[in-house]
Amino acid sequence: MTALPQSTDRKLGLVIDLDTCVGCHACVINCKEWNTSGTGAPLSDQEPYGDTPMGTFLNRIHTFEVEVEASPAQMVHFPKSCLHCDDAPCVTVCPTGASYKRSEDGIVLVNEDDCIGCGLCAWACPYGARELDQEAGVMKKCTLCVDRIYNENLPEEDRVPACVRTCPAGARHFGDLGDPSSAVSQLVAERGGMDLMPEQGTKPVNKYLPPRLRDRSMSGGKSLESKGDSPKGLLSWIDRALEAL
Amino acid sequence: MPDTKLPARPSPEVSDEVRHTTCYMCACRCGINVHLKNGRVKYIEGNRDHPVNRGVLCAKGSAGIMQHYSPARLRKPLKRTGPRGSGEFQEISWDEAYDLAAEWLEPLRKDPEKLAFFTGRDQSQSFTSWWAQAFGTPNYAAHGGFCSVNMAAAGIYTMGGAFWEFGQPDWDRTKLFMIFGVAEDHDSNPIKMGLGKLKARGAKVIGVNPIRTGYNAIADEWVGITPGTDGLFILALVHELMRAGQVDLDYLCRYTNAGFLVNCDEGSEDYGLFLRDEDDKPQVIDRATGAPAAYDAKGVKPSLTADHDADGTPYRPVFALMAELYLEDRWSPDAVAERCGIPAERIRAIAAELARVAFEEEITLDIPWTDWKGERHEQMIGRPVSFHAMRGISAHSNGFQTCRALHLLQILLGSVEVPGGFRFKPPYPKPPEAHPRPHGMAKPGLPMPGPHLGYPLGPEHLLIKPDGSAKRIDKAYTWENPLSAHGMMHMVISNAHAGDPYKIDTLFLYMANMAWNSSMNTSRVIDMLTDKGEDGDYVIPHIIYSDAYSSEMVAYADLILPDTTYLERHDCISLLDRPICEADAAADAIRWPVVEPDRDVKGFQTALIELGVKLRLPGFVDEDGQAIYRDYADYMVNHERRPGVGPLAGWRDPDGSGQGRGKPNPEQLDRYIENGGFWVHHIPEDAQFYKPWNAGYQDWAVKTGLFDAPQPYVFNLWLEPLAKFQRAARGHGASQPPEHLRERVLRTMTPLPTWYAPFEDEGEGVDEYPLHALTQRPMHMYHSWGSQNAWLRQITNANKLYVPGEVWEREGFSEGDWAWLSSPHGRIRVPVARMDALNPHTVWTWNAIGKKPGAWALSDNAPEMREGFLLNHLINELLPPKGDGRRWSNSDPVTGQAAWFDLRVKIERAPEGGPAEPHFEPAKSPVGKGPERLAYGEKFK
Repeated sequence: MTALPQSTDRKLGLVIDLDTCVGCHACVINCKEWNTSGTGAPLSDQEPYGDTPMGTFLNRIHTFEVEVEASPAQMVHFPKSCLHCDDAPCVTVCPTGASYKRSEDGIVLVNEDDCIGCGLCAWACPYGARELDQEAGVMKKCTLCVDRIYNENLPEEDRVPACVRTCPAGARHFGDLGDPSSAVSQLVAERGGMDLMPEQGTKPVNKYLPPRLRDRSMSGGKSLESKGDSPKGLLSWIDRALEAL
Repeated sequence: MPDTKLPARPSPEVSDEVRHTTCYMCACRCGINVHLKNGRVKYIEGNRDHPVNRGVLCAKGSAGIMQHYSPARLRKPLKRTGPRGSGEFQEISWDEAYDLAAEWLEPLRKDPEKLAFFTGRDQSQSFTSWWAQAFGTPNYAAHGGFCSVNMAAAGIYTMGGAFWEFGQPDWDRTKLFMIFGVAEDHDSNPIKMGLGKLKARGAKVIGVNPIRTGYNAIADEWVGITPGTDGLFILALVHELMRAGQVDLDYLCRYTNAGFLVNCDEGSEDYGLFLRDEDDKPQVIDRATGAPAAYDAKGVKPSLTADHDADGTPYRPVFALMAELYLEDRWSPDAVAERCGIPAERIRAIAAELARVAFEEEITLDIPWTDWKGERHEQMIGRPVSFHAMRGISAHSNGFQTCRALHLLQILLGSVEVPGGFRFKPPYPKPPEAHPRPHGMAKPGLPMPGPHLGYPLGPEHLLIKPDGSAKRIDKAYTWENPLSAHGMMHMVISNAHAGDPYKIDTLFLYMANMAWNSSMNTSRVIDMLTDKGEDGDYVIPHIIYSDAYSSEMVAYADLILPDTTYLERHDCISLLDRPICEADAAADAIRWPVVEPDRDVKGFQTALIELGVKLRLPGFVDEDGQAIYRDYADYMVNHERRPGVGPLAGWRDPDGSGQGRGKPNPEQLDRYIENGGFWVHHIPEDAQFYKPWNAGYQDWAVKTGLFDAPQPYVFNLWLEPLAKFQRAARGHGASQPPEHLRERVLRTMTPLPTWYAPFEDEGEGVDEYPLHALTQRPMHMYHSWGSQNAWLRQITNANKLYVPGEVWEREGFSEGDWAWLSSPHGRIRVPVARMDALNPHTVWTWNAIGKKPGAWALSDNAPEMREGFLLNHLINELLPPKGDGRRWSNSDPVTGQAAWFDLRVKIERAPEGGPAEPHFEPAKSPVGKGPERLAYGEKFK
């Protein structure tokens, strides 16, 4: 079994705004595109043009319909990738040490050379955030684009995960959640950012910003005051208003 | 144990080279950085400098690699060898392809209306229409007729521009944003970026849509309206705002025709037309003098209320007529609530919220500007309420008037071309008068006398032959749909097959999947394409088609001209066409071959030039018969539409100094490539708002070559051209509608926006079909050419019919069920799923997921074939027969827009299990099938 670091110098992670995510899958595909030719084995696809197409993705979006009392049902788009937990059960369960959490920035990675594809980590992860690549037989997961965020071959502004750089709605934010003064920490504080399934005790680094309250006008509200219910009455009010201009 | 095999701070090389071009995975035209390694495309990301997407990129754009390397790409010209639909072809050379095309087309130069040339997702319409003009055929259009012509035409006629390519909300300042009938679509990234900005600062979003997905899912308020009633809802908002006097009176006086005097004598021939002076200037009553005056005379302040008597003829200002109409009780929230499916108190609350934000949260910019009458204004006053709308409100038979109603609402709030409101993008604003009129054929053998498509200002501009029949194969610009500004592509195959108004010889299509998801009534259209006459020949004798991929339409064509992928081609995103400008800048862009094709294919526009040369079309060859343009890239640089104005506006003149105007510059494309594939030219700060009336903007636009003289104008609350069509319907003038259309013209072409029930709601047996049925494209496929994409199809490869909870329970459905869905036109068998975030009278599904076996290099038993289905089978291009022997088009009666969303259906349980019906037998794939595995990127390791 593999040990987790006692603590990490930084807690790099994502803040995902569920009030803003339109469920467009831009992050899903840009992640696939970057990572399939990036670190480790490609993200393979089986039967890509066949009867049961199925491939490896490090990030997926799930869409849920939510029933709300006395208000119309709502839709929530929920992007999901590795949450880089402080108490990552996928790491402690790893029999070879292939899964590990970095002490310097908290990123959870898989050393593919040591991965035997046993799948224990995927079983242990309560979020379903790991996928065993069928072609390579190794476990794939979000690397937080570790090959981008420190990459000196990229312009500085591009040293963020691919999903963050590409998100059209700006619903994904990247930063150090261990630093209370960071922009992401402040966003979490302002918007009531939440842990996913805190009862699992995994202490995820990634946070989700909940949707804002919806459909407040369902209960009606202020109505406009009439200036004249007949055309004649209205037009004489208009005349007076025009005089005043 | 070592901490990692990866270095702590990995810093790998990303690529050998980055090339900047323009995406074509949908119609957004974002800038992209294409990373190349070992000559292959490794990674595509958004271009941070590009005005459209500012670095972001959607799922389609990121899946461009799979599109570029798709196994469905065509490889060589094809000549059909088996029967149409069989998919049996032989590969031929380009010379053979041109010979065959010329063999069919050459004889038609003498009879050019026998060629129908229609392009689909064409982004080069100013070029393709120019080719068709040179050929001389009147039968040209792109796909706007079945897309969103109601939106475009209503916007142009009302305020000189519409949404999307015409304008955008002031995303940085707006405080309340209301979006109608936009599921996940037009346009893609800019709306998401805009919504993101609003959300970041907590501005409010109201989504009006029967379906709560996509943008509506994140709206703070979702108004789940019943389809086809948006106009009624909007006019109820107008009713509320009018009766409360919550309208911008100063704005209406200055910038609209609210004060224009309208002839109100019902017996007069000129009933509904404006009072005009000797110079033909519309008249208003000047509040200072109480006398008529030209609306645009300096210092004139129009009354909005004063009636006028001109030699015994009564005249009233437009605004007084609006008060009379919109204060009627039929527009009150209580009167419309049930039909719209929106509680009256919610309509009232939304009206109050619009008024509050517009007038109580006014914003001012301290930027002085001068108006068209020479008056200087110290500030720009903003009404921070903005709107956007698209297909959902326009694809109805009442769509034109609904779109007009929405613009009326914007204008009453004073929120067009002001800070925080809706802003035009160059070359808009541009009033209908500044657009061309439509043109019919001149003489056989001669080029067309002008562009095919335009904006009629009265019955004299219709395209009708002396015998009353249509000049165009699609019957655009006839009394059936007088303002069909984008043509009517959805009628071409049906009319050509029926020989109504005449038979054609060759159907020439580009990037238009008319044998499948781009046609209404798909099964019947397939029959029309394969139908043979008594002589044993096909009823539509020749079909030429150009596409980059093995789409469904390929199997039904006789000759295929294989196009390149978007990374292998030259293109221009031109100001002459559908540009990519921003509200504060003119902009255009190019595509260029960032990788060379590895197949024997040509960019369609280059193929069209070579075919034009072979046919010796005017403009394509010089006096000696030599080609004027080598290829499309050469045309992009050297063609001049007007002296000094060409397809690309940037770096004109040999030294590259020309912005908008200037002589051709042989190095122009190099300058574009150096600049990231695009050109941006900013509007001066004091000219960025009030554009139709801002002297600074008008001068800038002339200097930049958008037009040749200033063209200030006021917004048309009252649309006088419609009154002219009504005048003809009352029996006046040389061109009058046929008897059976008179009542309809009077009812639907009202000069003030109105609402009438969609035609399918009025038909007999409507009670038998109690549900509305809609389609929308998922965001990751919207406007995308090929959802067979290996990555995208893993997100969506089968579609279900979404059924509202009440109907679900009433019919006793449970998970995994299938249903029969029927309309007056047909019946399909489909898988169903429950959805509650949905209007209770509406079912819907994702469009164009269903594919035909044999197409797109997919397996014949792919989920797209097994469970995917098209709703198109239930929609007819014609209304059900009325017993009068006429073929009534299922289109908006004003513009001819295909009324896709009028569809009514009924649902009942079907036996479990697939496949979806109708099911089609596989055609032979001209490109074979795709590989069984993919590990893209392994070559870069």
